[in-house]
Amino acid sequence: MLEAILSFIPRAIAQGVPLLYGATGEIITQKSGNMNLGIPGVMYVGGICGVIGAFLYEQSLPSPEAINPVLAVLIPTLFSLIGSLLMGLLFCFLTVTLRANQNVTGLAMTTFGVGFGNFFGGSLVKLSGADMPFLALSATSNCFKKTLPFADKLGVFGDLVLGYSFLVYLAIAIALIAAFVINRTRTGLHLRAVGENPGTADSAGINVNRYKYFATCLGCMIAGLGGLYYVMDYASGIWANNAFGDRGWLAIALVIFTIWRPNVGVLASFLFGGLYILHMYIPSGMNLAVKELYKMLPYVVTIVVLIISSLRNQRDKQPPQSLGLPYFREDR
Amino acid sequence: MEKKIATVKMRNITKTFGTVVANDKVWLDIYKGEILALLGENGSGKTTLMNMLSGIYFPDEGDIFINDEKVVIRSPKDAFDHGIGMIHQHFKLVDVLTAAENIILGLEGKLDLKAATEKIRRICEAYGFEVDPNQKVYDMSVSQKQTVEIVKVLFRGADILILDEPTAVLTPQETDKLFAVLRNMRNDGKAIVIITHKMHEVEKLSDRVAILRHGQFVGDLPTEGTDAQELTNMMVGYSVNLNIARPDPVDPKPRIEVNGLTVRSIDGVLKLQDVSFTAMSGEILGIAGISGSGQKELLEAIAGLQPVESGSICYVEDDGTRDELLGKDPLSIAEKGISLSFVPEDRLGMGLVGGMDLSDNMMLRSFRKGRSVFTDRKSPRRLAKQVVEELNVKTPSIETPVRKLSGGNVQKVLVGREIASAPKVLLTAYAVRGLDINSSHTIYDLINQQKQKGVAVVYVGEDLDVLLELCDRILVLCAGKVSGIVPGRGAKKRDVGMMMTRLGGNSNE
Repeated sequence: MLEAILSFIPRAIAQGVPLLYGATGEIITQKSGNMNLGIPGVMYVGGICGVIGAFLYEQSLPSPEAINPVLAVLIPTLFSLIGSLLMGLLFCFLTVTLRANQNVTGLAMTTFGVGFGNFFGGSLVKLSGADMPFLALSATSNCFKKTLPFADKLGVFGDLVLGYSFLVYLAIAIALIAAFVINRTRTGLHLRAVGENPGTADSAGINVNRYKYFATCLGCMIAGLGGLYYVMDYASGIWANNAFGDRGWLAIALVIFTIWRPNVGVLASFLFGGLYILHMYIPSGMNLAVKELYKMLPYVVTIVVLIISSLRNQRDKQPPQSLGLPYFREDR
Repeated sequence: MEKKIATVKMRNITKTFGTVVANDKVWLDIYKGEILALLGENGSGKTTLMNMLSGIYFPDEGDIFINDEKVVIRSPKDAFDHGIGMIHQHFKLVDVLTAAENIILGLEGKLDLKAATEKIRRICEAYGFEVDPNQKVYDMSVSQKQTVEIVKVLFRGADILILDEPTAVLTPQETDKLFAVLRNMRNDGKAIVIITHKMHEVEKLSDRVAILRHGQFVGDLPTEGTDAQELTNMMVGYSVNLNIARPDPVDPKPRIEVNGLTVRSIDGVLKLQDVSFTAMSGEILGIAGISGSGQKELLEAIAGLQPVESGSICYVEDDGTRDELLGKDPLSIAEKGISLSFVPEDRLGMGLVGGMDLSDNMMLRSFRKGRSVFTDRKSPRRLAKQVVEELNVKTPSIETPVRKLSGGNVQKVLVGREIASAPKVLLTAYAVRGLDINSSHTIYDLINQQKQKGVAVVYVGEDLDVLLELCDRILVLCAGKVSGIVPGRGAKKRDVGMMMTRLGGNSNE
């Protein structure tokens, strides 16, 4: 039993990290009043761009042994950030500058992002000449998966707390920093004001569009790292089309679950990750239908949280008031 | 006496929205240590003009000088830098933030709430405000929110304050308090501009009046030595009669009898408690009360839109047959000839669909009529044209979506439609909310015409002066209870005001 729990927790955390990146990015975005339903697509793009970067770098090497760990991490990360930044800029240009409908734009971007990922993923598989329908970048992945050298010498504590790669700690750090900035700093105050009531923020001298652009692009870049983590660390550098699955939507569910608080997101994402893989630990025999029911759990708890928070109807625990609405100063 | 210094000079300001000219070559001077009242009909461009000073709009043409220096105001931030602060008609506050957070919103530097709170306390003491810096805005009353707005502007060190219809949502007592504060600030050397429709406020508060008509500057004159009649004539451009007629009731018979009505809101808050009264045909029953005292619930209960906890509402026919309205659906109540026109604060949302044009909105009342499967589009068109002509609605065409009209014109469409349905009982709430004096009088005339036709009118109003002049009887609500019913002839404003804030109006407790 204890052993099962000890193996369950690290796996739950590993499952939770992409969700945490996605949720933190989406919370920052939504705090500015932008409802970016393109996050699943952005995470796909973040993942595939990292793969492209890693592929190009590995191809340029004479042999896998000649890999430079710093470059092997930096290049895919940079590619991933640029890819998701471009997605963020596209979303902002459409919804902030042209004031297109955010839901429609977001859904279109999700479709686009998934297609983009599968197209380039498929192309790279062909280029690599593999006979299997996936691309393996194990050399790069090994650099991403480096843990602290003394972690496994510290027993249970080392396994549970220190035994993760840098992207895991980065996700937690980003979430905590985001929570601090949103709640404790002037930038955060202005960001919240923009999302709650852009007219008020504008008349207080805050540049609404700049905040929306900045928050959405930053949010996309953070979410994109979730895709990168998934391929490089969780999937051990193996890209297969559609493997990322519905994690992007789960990240958006997590935003609602945490009631727009990134610090809560840290633990909540691990909970979601646990719920996501719970079916592997529940003896259900050959009945696959039961497993599918367990996979529903994260969505069920999100709905429960939605019901409870709507019933209690506390003003502080509601979505940003102007979420999803475009803003134009001279609108009459 | 020292010579007054013009701190703001606006020269040749022009602003157009599409084909509509909102401001046409306006000249305006604003002086230090003076309260300037800006007057004009609805849509005459007062708010637009001030929005250009505060950086919300950017003028198409013209120059603005501040202390004899030419300035360009591109954004609200530029306006703050020049010491201009505006308190908008719809408050610019973020509900989920505290007063202090709202006040420091948009400022630069490190976030130091403690220092800000201290500074807010100092400002409050200096001018006599009462603000709790840590209170969330959603917990505040309207007048508290307004106070936060004023403190916000002062916090930024504004010397030029613009207030857009600040008293529209205040009780008479709160208004007096606000005026005292404004006078304090004037004596402190600040320049104050107040946009208002209420003549008695102009006379009571301002030092100088500037008048706009159809976007053009008509002139300015010292408040002393002028009167409401002269100002209105300047505003409208021709001579108008300012007295509200009050013809004697025609053959009053009980029409609606309300007994022991008790209504709770969804969250279980008591909105109306044991309310009883009779509305007579051929009579205007005014309903006075601080906003939110149960006026809306009362009218909606009669119209069948509001679930009732206990009590009865009886409709009495001419021959004395009584008919219980409770439990009937809104449609059959409306068919009895009970019509409700409620003008909410945002003016749309109750009875009109913003995205639909004038004639379609007329059709909302009549689409069930006729035998054919197709709707009758001709008569609503005719009605729309008639309303536009009779009430002088300013609209490019009757195909224009209602949303695009200015607030006053939207209201004329709503009230016009309700009256055109030839009701037996006319329930109207805030019919003149935000309307200029001339349009308001058009509405009063319409209501009086209905009264003389034998309609029982229930008129919920905000302006006590009007209620006292227009209504035959006035029912005063105080926190959901009937504080008293007084005859409109000979009632004292002070007494009614006291009854609004305290049951029975007894002040010596």
